[in-house]
Amino acid sequence: MKNKDTMSSGITSSKDKTMNIIVFILLALGAVVMIFPFFYMIMTSFMTKNQYLSGQLRVIPDPWVWGKYSEVMSKGNFISGILNTVKVEVPVLLIGGFTSSLAAFAFAKMNFRGKGAIFMGLLATIMIPFAVIMIPQYVMFTKFGWTDTLLPLIIPACFGNISMVFFLRQNLTSIPNDLMDAAKLDGCGYFRTFIQIFFPLMKGAVGTQITLWFMTIWNDYLAPTIFLRSEKNWTLQVVIRSFNTYYSIQSDYALIMAASVIAMLPTIALFFCFQRVIIESVAISGIK
Amino acid sequence: MDSVNSKKQKNKLSVMAKREEKWGLLFVAAPAIGFLIFMLYPIIFAFLTSLTTWNGAKGFQGMMDRFCGFDNYVKLFADKKFWQTLLTTIIYLLGIPIGMILGLLCAMGMNRKIPGVRVLRTMYYVPVISSLVSVSILWAWVYNYDYGLLNTIIKTLTGLHGPNWLGDEALIKVSMIIFMVWKGLGTSIILYLAGLQNIPRSYYEAAMVDGASGWQKFKSITLPLLSPVTFYILVTTLIGGFQVFVEVQVMTPNGNGGIGYSAATIVFYLYQKAFESYQLGYASTIAVILAIIIFIITLINFIGQNKWVKTMD
Repeated sequence: MKNKDTMSSGITSSKDKTMNIIVFILLALGAVVMIFPFFYMIMTSFMTKNQYLSGQLRVIPDPWVWGKYSEVMSKGNFISGILNTVKVEVPVLLIGGFTSSLAAFAFAKMNFRGKGAIFMGLLATIMIPFAVIMIPQYVMFTKFGWTDTLLPLIIPACFGNISMVFFLRQNLTSIPNDLMDAAKLDGCGYFRTFIQIFFPLMKGAVGTQITLWFMTIWNDYLAPTIFLRSEKNWTLQVVIRSFNTYYSIQSDYALIMAASVIAMLPTIALFFCFQRVIIESVAISGIK
Repeated sequence: MDSVNSKKQKNKLSVMAKREEKWGLLFVAAPAIGFLIFMLYPIIFAFLTSLTTWNGAKGFQGMMDRFCGFDNYVKLFADKKFWQTLLTTIIYLLGIPIGMILGLLCAMGMNRKIPGVRVLRTMYYVPVISSLVSVSILWAWVYNYDYGLLNTIIKTLTGLHGPNWLGDEALIKVSMIIFMVWKGLGTSIILYLAGLQNIPRSYYEAAMVDGASGWQKFKSITLPLLSPVTFYILVTTLIGGFQVFVEVQVMTPNGNGGIGYSAATIVFYLYQKAFESYQLGYASTIAVILAIIIFIITLINFIGQNKWVKTMD
């Protein structure tokens, strides 16, 4: 890395070099500002109440208190919150991931009347705020007897995710149409063509989209607060929020921070594992 | 003979085309049906509900019994809280240009030959992927009047007690904007960085031959060629900006929208009307107005696009 930099800076002037150093320092300072709240959050979760309520700037815990994490885990709500979130994630990502990939395949590689219109119609839904449809959805799900179950969070999502369809369709345009024609000539059915030829080629893109979708569901808050009334059905974000309301009265910020840290871990871990493809997929959305 | 053959072929083709059409429609059926049931129908229903004073009781019949025409709309226009929350929502939108300018500056910095760009980019992006509830909780703690990180730092540096970030009607808006810029900055950096990397080097080289200054290059090459990215960011953040809710509910004490409702947004107001006071009719009116606002703004964006968004060719 360093080597490459000195090599390429061979052609840059010394003025550029000093500029680069200044830019780097500014960007690094900015990055510290971005990250510092997280650092403080983790540190607070290990502090004694005396320390974080002392009003003095002491960022490193003294002494270190390790018990808050097990205390969070021992609250019944917290574990059930994680379980409920997983109960939403699994069927949505499996079924919704499948329906979205299948639709993307049809939009990209098949010909049928109304294709463009249907696609544009679906794309326009990205513009529709959830706030606008949440009341009718609430009324509808009450009628179905779904309120206070996880079904309102699962069933609609199983019909597919428009942004996933959009991205996969974009991705499929790079796969030559010849494959489709060859499959047709061989008398290979459309469904088999999708499963055996195209899906394996889309796997990477599907994986990225599923990862992003996982994060969205994991972090979702508004829909779960509306549809889930009783505590035993709450998803993780609703639980975390109730922790904040309840324990901030007791100034138990270490517990609140510990709970938030655990709640953020899965998405942050996923992001660090797949950051290259995730960032690429975000970047493409702006260029396309 | 020839014509018979081609006719046969045509028939065969159309049979195949019909088969393809059937399967194609089947494959897109799930999202299409999902759209009809969970999007289109609710929108129509929301409009109907907005014409009633329904409180959720006695089903559809109960709703139609409370039909009131456009009374809710008239009432809404005289509703101070509606205008207040709408204004607050618009004030929060100030975070969008701030975030875009900061994002562009950072992206231009990262586009230079400096070490560790990928690590930097990742650090700026962490807030974006973090749960909004968690980071709102975190920032409420950072903004805490007596013990928060910010006021502790201010006290250590100046010896004075810092301001009440979330307890002052004007300042809470500033605090929310700072928070939103922090949360979203990573996205505009990534989008702008990708846009910058997409600009062919030859453009700058040609400008250099012409003796253009750095500012001239920025003004006549970088900015115009980034305009599609700017447009994309503007459209998406404006749509998102009108839907701010979670941070208001989590960061204000007891989720009350702040002192004098000073932090409450239009969606926050809508939520309270619908799910705390069960005025479903009135809440739906707010929802319809919100949808119209977002639609008009997006429309303006797309119409105005021709004026300032340039393409590469």
